[in-house]
Amino acid sequence: MMPPSNSRGTATDTAQRPQGAKPGRVRRLHLPQKLRNLELFLLLIACGINAASVVLVQLGALGRIDTTLVLLGAGLSVLVLCLHVVLRVVARDADPFILPIASLLNGIGIAMIYRIDIANNDAGWESAAVRQTVWSALAIACGIAVVLVIRNHRVLFRYTYVAGFIAVVLLLLPLVPGLGREVSGARVWIGIGSFATFQPGEIAKIALAVFFAGYLVRNRDSLSMVGKRLLGMRFPRLRDLGPILVVWALSMSVIIFQRDLGTALLYFGLFLVMLYVATGRLSWVLLGMTLFLGGALIASQTLQYVNGRFTNWLDALNPDVYGASGGSYQLVQGLFGLAKGGLIGTGLGQGRPDITPVPQSDYIIASLGEELGLAGLFAILALYLLFVARGFRIGFAGNDDFGKLLGVGLSFVVALQCFIVIGGVTRVIPLTGLTTPFLAAGGSSLVANWIIAALLLRLSDTLRNQPRLVV
Amino acid sequence: MNRELKRVSIVVMLMFVALLTSTTIIQVFQADSLTADARNTRTLYDSYSVERGAILVAGNPIAQSMPIADDYKFQRTYSNGPLYAPITGFIPINGSPTGLEHALNGELSGTSNAQFFDKINSLITGQNAKGASVEVTIDPVAQQAAWDALGDLTGSVVVTEPKTGRILAMVSKPGYDPNLLTVHDNQRVTDSYESLVSDDTNPLIDRAINSLNPPGSVFKLVVVTAALESGKFTPESTFPNPATFQLPGSTSTVINSGGGTCGGGDTVTIATALRLSCNIPMAELGLQLGEKAIRDTAEKFGFNTDYSIPLNVSQSAYPLELDDAQLALSAFGQTSVRATPLQMAMVSATIANGGVEMAPNLVDQILAPNLSPLQSFEPRTMKRVMSAETAATITQMMVNGVQDGAASNARIDGVNVAGKTGTAENAADDPYTLWFTGFAPAEDPKYAISVLVEDGGGLGQTGYGNLLAAPIAKRVLEAVLNK
Repeated sequence: MMPPSNSRGTATDTAQRPQGAKPGRVRRLHLPQKLRNLELFLLLIACGINAASVVLVQLGALGRIDTTLVLLGAGLSVLVLCLHVVLRVVARDADPFILPIASLLNGIGIAMIYRIDIANNDAGWESAAVRQTVWSALAIACGIAVVLVIRNHRVLFRYTYVAGFIAVVLLLLPLVPGLGREVSGARVWIGIGSFATFQPGEIAKIALAVFFAGYLVRNRDSLSMVGKRLLGMRFPRLRDLGPILVVWALSMSVIIFQRDLGTALLYFGLFLVMLYVATGRLSWVLLGMTLFLGGALIASQTLQYVNGRFTNWLDALNPDVYGASGGSYQLVQGLFGLAKGGLIGTGLGQGRPDITPVPQSDYIIASLGEELGLAGLFAILALYLLFVARGFRIGFAGNDDFGKLLGVGLSFVVALQCFIVIGGVTRVIPLTGLTTPFLAAGGSSLVANWIIAALLLRLSDTLRNQPRLVV
Repeated sequence: MNRELKRVSIVVMLMFVALLTSTTIIQVFQADSLTADARNTRTLYDSYSVERGAILVAGNPIAQSMPIADDYKFQRTYSNGPLYAPITGFIPINGSPTGLEHALNGELSGTSNAQFFDKINSLITGQNAKGASVEVTIDPVAQQAAWDALGDLTGSVVVTEPKTGRILAMVSKPGYDPNLLTVHDNQRVTDSYESLVSDDTNPLIDRAINSLNPPGSVFKLVVVTAALESGKFTPESTFPNPATFQLPGSTSTVINSGGGTCGGGDTVTIATALRLSCNIPMAELGLQLGEKAIRDTAEKFGFNTDYSIPLNVSQSAYPLELDDAQLALSAFGQTSVRATPLQMAMVSATIANGGVEMAPNLVDQILAPNLSPLQSFEPRTMKRVMSAETAATITQMMVNGVQDGAASNARIDGVNVAGKTGTAENAADDPYTLWFTGFAPAEDPKYAISVLVEDGGGLGQTGYGNLLAAPIAKRVLEAVLNK
């Protein structure tokens, strides 16, 4: 595991290209230790920032430092370092940025959730931050398991239709009587007794990405080559419309039966982008967007809750809308919080994010905007963008279509989810209930996003690990 | 595939650019208007958790923030609450502030632009930000005397300094205790507020600047000013002197208060009519002057205009498009003529100040936490309303009114008081509104005063200005002159 003494830095890439070379040689030239050392360095910075955030929250909101810090700060640090060690052994060539970014977002999220706990006087198991830490542990453990079990992502290709089946089952679970739970109007939760609640839809998005990637790789020829030309675009045959109609119907049923606009948009957006990348046909995107917008428009006319979301979005500050039940109160409180934050924020622990309803989950971005300001939000958005960019890099550089598509799908789903939830809070689009990846309080979302991170790590490792001519 | 990926990357970039833009718009460009939104409780909490500046009367705080061990960090306390409530207002934890707490909220909470560098300074040094203090023009002797003199009557007393426009006393009754509305308990605040709002006597209204009543005979000062300034009339101009007067185009008649003619004789002068406060000669004068001349003079005095002291003062009104009957009635302050006590004090103060009206003002200066002045309010001339000669002539007529006329109960031994009473009718069976306005000493005016007694002073339609309002003015003027 010692780095070769004769080769360093950028020379490695140029050295490898003309030779093509044997796998063993290439692996050594990639200097995996160097990647992992960079990861460790970044990871320590991330853990440092996370610990500092918790300390600042305590100083700001409590005026003193207490021992909860040990549990919250150190707990997460130990876990991510475990994952790092696992990567050193089984995925030495994995991307060095993904893990530090995910850890940092996760840690800042815990600090902010802890901050809301202090405002609400919650402690022990009442404390959302404690539960979030436990969920983080579970989520990172899932991530470790994924990296350990799936040694090659192409294994997943074999389970394309199983993944599709799992996705549909997960989606339907909340509708099962006795199992499903309704939280603030949306029926997207399952629970056993009064204890554990889980949003299976979060996991479903991974299964869907796997299914879409596998399905599209198998069928993209018929989806892209055949069809009539109309207005300079090639439109698909009627019989090839099947898949898009099925996904559309799935999304619409999520809107109608689970009353969850955001999730529907997320699934459908994911499908459209993967379809476009696989087939290269803009006509699919136009067709899909027409279908979805048409459906959403009809839903906004006929479904009360969808209509309300649009009114709240367009006319948030109107006193009637503000005062209405299910009106824009929350949205406007979030805006007040963001306005309070201004450019540099109030400082952690020194704002009043607890005034906004659900400040630790749907509205965590408004809470962070209040206490970290525009500067902090820009930094967080930059982290997300970097995370997504690392995922897209797999798409660009990968040499098997399934891996490319899967990498793009998984990273795009993170980007789209950020856009839907942050765009909802900041009035770019109507507000829908989705969690902010890694940040927001919520176990299912954490588990799903850490699995995504683990899959991206695995994909990036395979990518660098195989001999190829073009990088 | 990579061509498509590139395009999707651009879409993702655009999505994030949209988020960066929207957050920038909210946190930078809309931040001020969102912060100013009345529904923004964060702003309110903030104004509590800085040490809000005090409101000072002659160097003593009438409103100040005391440290307290709860979320709000400071408790706003009003010493002598009911006495000064019309000036301070109050700042509740669950609603909008009123009074100076509202009008000078930026200064008191330390967020005004003048305090920008203090804010930066406290950010750097880590000291808690403090708001600026506000020194008001109120004279505690005048304020207390006015409060005592008004007794249990519903009404208001305003005392100003004619040469500067400084407001020395501003009392409104019945009062309320602002301390009840600043406790840190939402429910108790709401309960206190609800009971004050549902009280028929409207204690929350600052009658000095926000209660509009028909001015009745005190408005005759405005009409006489208009007459003398027109150049067509002198104090000796005469009018027919009947005991009843038929309003033009109407079956209604006007009588003088107390019935009968105005003094003796077939004709009566303007001087006598003002001294004895007769209605019929004023109605005749008003018809000859015309609506425009009266309104122009009223507007010079400040009727039909908004102003801020910096509390917002309700517009006193001289109406538009009167018919002849209404014109005749308006000449003695009836029909839809309305005035605030402050406006009537300004009329007297202007006459006292040789015809020059000074801007009314409640605030002397704003002091930074280290007591260095941030902003001082110098006396400001509004305009010349009448010539010095007219002012002197009217002053003499008002002195006669107190010496030997309808305002006799404002007489003070050894001091020449200039004054005018008013007894205004409201709806047919409603109690009268009683007034007095004037100034003293007449030869070197130091204090202008107006007294409003609403609800007939408890006497229904039997009370009159000289009976109830003039003695109040007398007591207040005695108190300040003997200081």
